[in-house]
Amino acid sequence: MDLLNNLTLGFGVAFTLQNLTYAFFGSVLGTLIGVLPGLGPVATIAMLLPSIYTLDATPALIMLAGIYYGAQYGGSTTAILINVPGEASSVVTAIDGYQMARQGRAGAALAAAGLGSFFAGCVGTVVIAAFAPPLTELAFKFGAAEYFSLMVLGLIGAVVLASGSLLKAIAMILLGLLLAQINTDVISGVPRYSFDIAELTDGIGFVVIAMGVFGFGEVIANLGKSAEHRQVFTKNVTGLWPTRQDFKQAWPSVVRGTALGSLLGVLPGNGALLASFATYTMEKKVAGASGRFGKGDIRGVAGPESANNAGAQTSFIPMLTLGIPPNAVMALMVGAMTIKGIQPGPQVMTSNPQLFWGLIASMWVGNAMLVILNLPLIGIWIKLLTVPYRFLFPAITLFCCIGVYTLNNNTFDVYMTAVFAAVGYAFYKLSCEGAPLLLGFILGPMMEENLRRALLLSRGDWTTFVTRPLSSGLLIASALLVVIVTLPSIRKKREVTFVDD
Amino acid sequence: MKIKSQRDFWSGLMFAVAGGAFAIGATNYSMGSSARPGPGYFPLILSVIMSILGLIVLFKSLTIEAEGGDPIGDIAWRPLLVVVAAIAVFGLALPRLGLVVTVPILIVLVSLAGDEFKWKGVLASAVVLTGFSWAIFVFGLKLTLPLWPSFMPA
Repeated sequence: MDLLNNLTLGFGVAFTLQNLTYAFFGSVLGTLIGVLPGLGPVATIAMLLPSIYTLDATPALIMLAGIYYGAQYGGSTTAILINVPGEASSVVTAIDGYQMARQGRAGAALAAAGLGSFFAGCVGTVVIAAFAPPLTELAFKFGAAEYFSLMVLGLIGAVVLASGSLLKAIAMILLGLLLAQINTDVISGVPRYSFDIAELTDGIGFVVIAMGVFGFGEVIANLGKSAEHRQVFTKNVTGLWPTRQDFKQAWPSVVRGTALGSLLGVLPGNGALLASFATYTMEKKVAGASGRFGKGDIRGVAGPESANNAGAQTSFIPMLTLGIPPNAVMALMVGAMTIKGIQPGPQVMTSNPQLFWGLIASMWVGNAMLVILNLPLIGIWIKLLTVPYRFLFPAITLFCCIGVYTLNNNTFDVYMTAVFAAVGYAFYKLSCEGAPLLLGFILGPMMEENLRRALLLSRGDWTTFVTRPLSSGLLIASALLVVIVTLPSIRKKREVTFVDD
Repeated sequence: MKIKSQRDFWSGLMFAVAGGAFAIGATNYSMGSSARPGPGYFPLILSVIMSILGLIVLFKSLTIEAEGGDPIGDIAWRPLLVVVAAIAVFGLALPRLGLVVTVPILIVLVSLAGDEFKWKGVLASAVVLTGFSWAIFVFGLKLTLPLWPSFMPA
C-alpha cells in the first residue's frame, strides 16, 4: 500500500520530539495572534515568517502549518465571541456563532467549531495522501469560463445566506462587487474610483469592511438600545459543552461540510472560502423549516467550519503538486519554501518525500494540537463574555483600531473603518445584511478577471460560458437555485421560516 | 404618495443612487468591446443591474403594504457619532502622540458612547488596556507602532 507507506513515512517525520514541539508552538502562537480582531492567518503568518529563518526546511514548514491552523481557529473564536470575522472564511461562522454566544451557548459553538474542524482535518489529511494526483487533474480542467461560472454559483448561493428580502440580498452582493472595483485595474493598470487618493488605488482592505460593517455596526446598534433592552449576552450560560442534542444535530453537517470542503479546496482561487459559504447554503436547504439559521443554529457553525478546515487542508494539493498557491496563505508558504531553497512543484513529492509527507502528517498533528489546546481554553473565552458591556466595547474598539492600523501601518485604513462603521449601522437600520456584501467584495476582483479573460479567449463570444460543459453545468445549477428560491410556494415558506421576529 | 415600508424605501434609494454614482464613474474608463473588455466594462454592467434592483425595491416600498410601515426607528445618534469620532481620533492621534497617549484618549472618548459613564471604571480600564496593548503589540509582536509622542525624544 503506497498510501500507508507514505503516511507512515510522514508520521515518522512528524512524531519526532523536535517537530511536535514546533507544531505545538506554531498552533499556540497562531491561536493567540489569530484571536486578536483583524489579524487573520495571512497577517499572522506574514508577521511570524521571520521566526522561521533559522530553522531547517521541514520544521519550518511544520511550524508554519501550525500557525496557519491556529490563526484560522483563533479567527473563528473572535467571530463567535464578538462578531468580528478576522478573515473571509469566518464571515459565515459569525452569522450563527455570534447568535449562539448571545444566547449563552458560546461554549457549544466553540466546541462544535473545534471538533468539526478536527474531524475535517483528519479526513483532509487522508484525502491529500490518497487523491493528490487525481484531484490535481480536476483543477487543470478549470479555465477562466469555469471559474466565472463557479463564482456565479457561489454568489447565487450567498443569497440564501440572507434571512430577509431576496432583492436586497442580491443588491448587497452587487454593492460588494462594486466596492471591490475600487482598485487598480489588473489588465490595463488604470486606477478606478480612486479620486486621486493613493491609498484607494490599492483597493479597500477586506478587514476594514468586515470590521466596520460587522464589528462596529454591531457595537453602535447595541449601544443604541436602552440599557434594559440591551442584554447583549444572556447571563445564564448553559454549559460549556454541546449537549447530546447538539451533537446529534451537528455531526451530519460536519460530514457534509467536510466532503464539500475537500472537493472545493483543491480549486485554486480560494476554494476553501467558497466551501464555507456553499456549505452554509447547503445546510440551510437541508434543514428546511426545522432550521434556526441566522438565530444561532449549531449546524450553521459546525458545517462551514468543517468545510473551511477541510478546504484549507486540501488547498495544499495544488501548491504541493503544481507549485501554484491557491490563496494568499499558500503564497506565503511558497515564499517560505523558496527561502529554504526548495522549488515548489511536482518534484517535491519525489525529491523531498520526507518533507512532503512530513508536512502532510504534521497538518494532522497541528489539528490535534488545536483541539487539545483550545477545548480547555473555551472556559476562559466564555469568562470574557461575562465582562460588563461598558468595559467590553471600549476594548473591542481599541483592538479593532490597532488591528486595522497594523494592516499597513497606515492611518488611512483607520479612517476608512470609521466610514464603514457608519455604513454598517445604516445597513443595520435598513435591514440590509452584511454577509452577502462581503462575499461579493471578496469575489469581485477574481470574478472580473476571469470574466474578462474568458471573453478575451473566446474573442468576445458570450456563449463560451454555456458551450463549455463544466461551465454550463455550473450555470445550470445556479439557474436551478434561482428557480428554487423564487418559486412562489417555496418563497412563501422561505419567508415564514427566515423572517426576523 | 405614501411610503409603505420605510426601511425598503431608504435602502432602495441607497442602491439606486449608489448604482447611479458607480455607473457615472464607470463612464470615465474605457469600455472596450466584449472581445477586449476595458476597465469600465464590468463596473458598468454591475452598477446598472444594481440601480434597477434598487428601483424595484423602491417601487415595492411604495406599493406593497408592510406590517406597521416597517419603521426605521430612532437613530442612535450619540453612539454612532461618538464611536465614529473615536475611531477617527485614534487615526489622527496615533502617529503624533504614540500608543501611550492615544489609547487612554480612545478609551475615555469611546466610553462616552455608553449611557453609564463612571470616571473610576473608565480610567482603570484605560490604564489596564494601555499596558495590555503595549505588552501584546509592541513587546510581544514587535509591531512598529509609535509608542511615545513624536515631539518627545525617545
